[in-house]
Amino acid sequence: MKWVSVALAVAGAALVGLSSASAATLDTVKARGVLNCGANGQLPGFGMPDAQGVWTGFDVEMCRALAAAIFDDPDKVKFIPLTAKDRFTALQSGDVDVLIRNTTWTLSRDTQLGLNATMINYYDGQGFIVRKSLKLNSALELNDAAVCVQQGTTSELNLSDYFRTNKMRLKSVTFATLDEALKAYDTGRCDAYTTDASQLYSVRLKLAKPEDHVVLPEVISKEPFAAFVRHGDDQWFDIVKWVQFAMVNAEEFGIGQSNVDEMVSSANPEIKRLLGSEGNYGEQLGLTKDWVVRIVKKVGNYGEVFDRTIGQNSALKIARGQNALWTKGGLMYAPPVR
Amino acid sequence: MTRPSGAAPVPTLGRPRLRGLLIQAGLIVVVAALAWVAVINVAENLARANIATGFDFWNVTAGFDISQTLIFYSAQASTYGRAFWVGFLNTVLVAALAIALATIIGFVVGIARLSPNFLVAKLASGYVELIRNIPLLLQLLFWYNAVLKALPDIRDSVMLPGGGYLNIRGLFLPAPNVFGGQTLALVLLGGIVAAIAWRWWRRKTGRIAATPLDIAVMAFLVLGLPLLVAIFIEARISFAYPQMGRFNIRGGLEILPEFVALLAGLSIYTAAFIAEVVRAGLLSVPKGQTEAAYSLGLRRGPTMRLVVVPQAMRVIVPPLTNQYLNLFKNSTLAVAIGYPDLVQIFTGTVLNNTGQAVEVVVLTMAVYLTISLATSLAMNIYNKRVMLVER
Repeated sequence: MKWVSVALAVAGAALVGLSSASAATLDTVKARGVLNCGANGQLPGFGMPDAQGVWTGFDVEMCRALAAAIFDDPDKVKFIPLTAKDRFTALQSGDVDVLIRNTTWTLSRDTQLGLNATMINYYDGQGFIVRKSLKLNSALELNDAAVCVQQGTTSELNLSDYFRTNKMRLKSVTFATLDEALKAYDTGRCDAYTTDASQLYSVRLKLAKPEDHVVLPEVISKEPFAAFVRHGDDQWFDIVKWVQFAMVNAEEFGIGQSNVDEMVSSANPEIKRLLGSEGNYGEQLGLTKDWVVRIVKKVGNYGEVFDRTIGQNSALKIARGQNALWTKGGLMYAPPVR
Repeated sequence: MTRPSGAAPVPTLGRPRLRGLLIQAGLIVVVAALAWVAVINVAENLARANIATGFDFWNVTAGFDISQTLIFYSAQASTYGRAFWVGFLNTVLVAALAIALATIIGFVVGIARLSPNFLVAKLASGYVELIRNIPLLLQLLFWYNAVLKALPDIRDSVMLPGGGYLNIRGLFLPAPNVFGGQTLALVLLGGIVAAIAWRWWRRKTGRIAATPLDIAVMAFLVLGLPLLVAIFIEARISFAYPQMGRFNIRGGLEILPEFVALLAGLSIYTAAFIAEVVRAGLLSVPKGQTEAAYSLGLRRGPTMRLVVVPQAMRVIVPPLTNQYLNLFKNSTLAVAIGYPDLVQIFTGTVLNNTGQAVEVVVLTMAVYLTISLATSLAMNIYNKRVMLVER
């Protein structure tokens, strides 16, 4: 009767497995004592463990900020590296509580996947990197080129669209992971490698001779990155959204890691509400009064995280550009805490 | 009141046969109910989580490109359904060729292991021990990253005689384009079928060994007839030569390095196992058979071909089926080296773009199950034919 027990096990898994995802995520995370965060794992600047195994990157810091708000400890995060093609399934099935993995927000991802995008935390666009020896000035000269791309990404679709729109012929070669696609480009399998512009600078550092490669000027798509959560848990959706909003607001009010303790006693009512010395906004989210203090003290505000991981104080030195605050000519804008 | 013991009335449920049937029926009902509940539960949960369900995506435009397509496919015009068939055919192509290659290599190596020639035997056993003890994934990565990536860059392509190119992006050959090719292919196919039928009829009527007449008739059917038709319809052959473009070589027949790496890895790996199967099969034939053949005056070659191998086949075929099935399933490792097989295209890109994991994965599993069962069935039929007929 072995097959019967197998059938029972399968049926049992089907009965239990999917329903567990609908329990309140915050309670699950608190009970577990650690946040499961879906991260990249291969992308310098956004999500990758360093030589000592410590995770670093922009997306990684966003996960730490969440853990800081919940546990008052930014290290209570378990990072789960996901490939582009596995990331949504991992979130849907409840393997991760939140997906912060340079993931573009699109309509179909919002509607078809049973997921919600929270807030745009990085404005990006897709570009190409080619060998200098090809002497190209524009992506429009890429007719007939072989292009390496990572599978299951918006990059793969944009690539087809771009070549089609400009009546160019394309030979795309797709790989499951970033490293495989990049290695294929590096060895000459492809003429160009395409991905989001933010990544092009970081992956260039991974090539054998970075100085032999150049990023073409065209940005062929809009790639707004957002953190994703599952449908159907509005409290968790709000928490993930507002942790990021809080970091942007903190930067706007000039609250940083170094001065957050003094700012708590600020007379500015907006700062008082943000830092919890007035009102109970943290409790409304299901967190504590001092949630923003925890985030800023342990992780930093949006600008500090940006500079440390991908901006001026990092190896990548990406300019703020569209990701500057709205008060400084960028697009970063967060609704008020009140 | 005593009753003869043999006539004791047995209660209805006590009858073993009926009881057995009832238990079986009950179990089926329970299992079916559980399966039904599981399906409903999955569907409900998917609906509650707002995940799209159903196969509506099948007719939606795919929008991504595929590097190797055996049938017409374009990102703007083709659907996810079309992408499925492209991936399916790519899988079948690489698996079928690898099975053929692995069988040939496996038989040669297996027979070589039993060779009285010391060097040949040791080389063959070295091959088997080396290949079958290294994981297939590593071998694929070796072929792809170490062997094929060592080929020259596209601008330093190796020019092959006859207008071909070899470089890191693959092998580019002139593609033959036969005017009247379809007619010729049909005639050739018909000729082969007719030749097989002729041979079958002659065997049926008692002429087991091929006579010169048989050879003449079969040669005419397979070679002469298509040639006559070709002259009659004035068939011409022309070649589409690959041309070096600004970036890439265009036109002609393109063989991707991903395909070659997968084909080489799969066939060389499986051949090592097939060699062992063949060796075991040959050793299972009692030595007396060989000695009897020798004493009848047969030499080594004919002894092998006419006496040993036919008897060994009944031992070889069942485990050989296993190896074929393994090879077919192992072809899914294509995903590691970027060959666009069914898993890479369908459970990779299509799953990711539609998000419908349940449908996509179930369909893919059904495909592998169906093909594996069909292979198994075909091999079982073949096995029936080579089985020892006992009279």
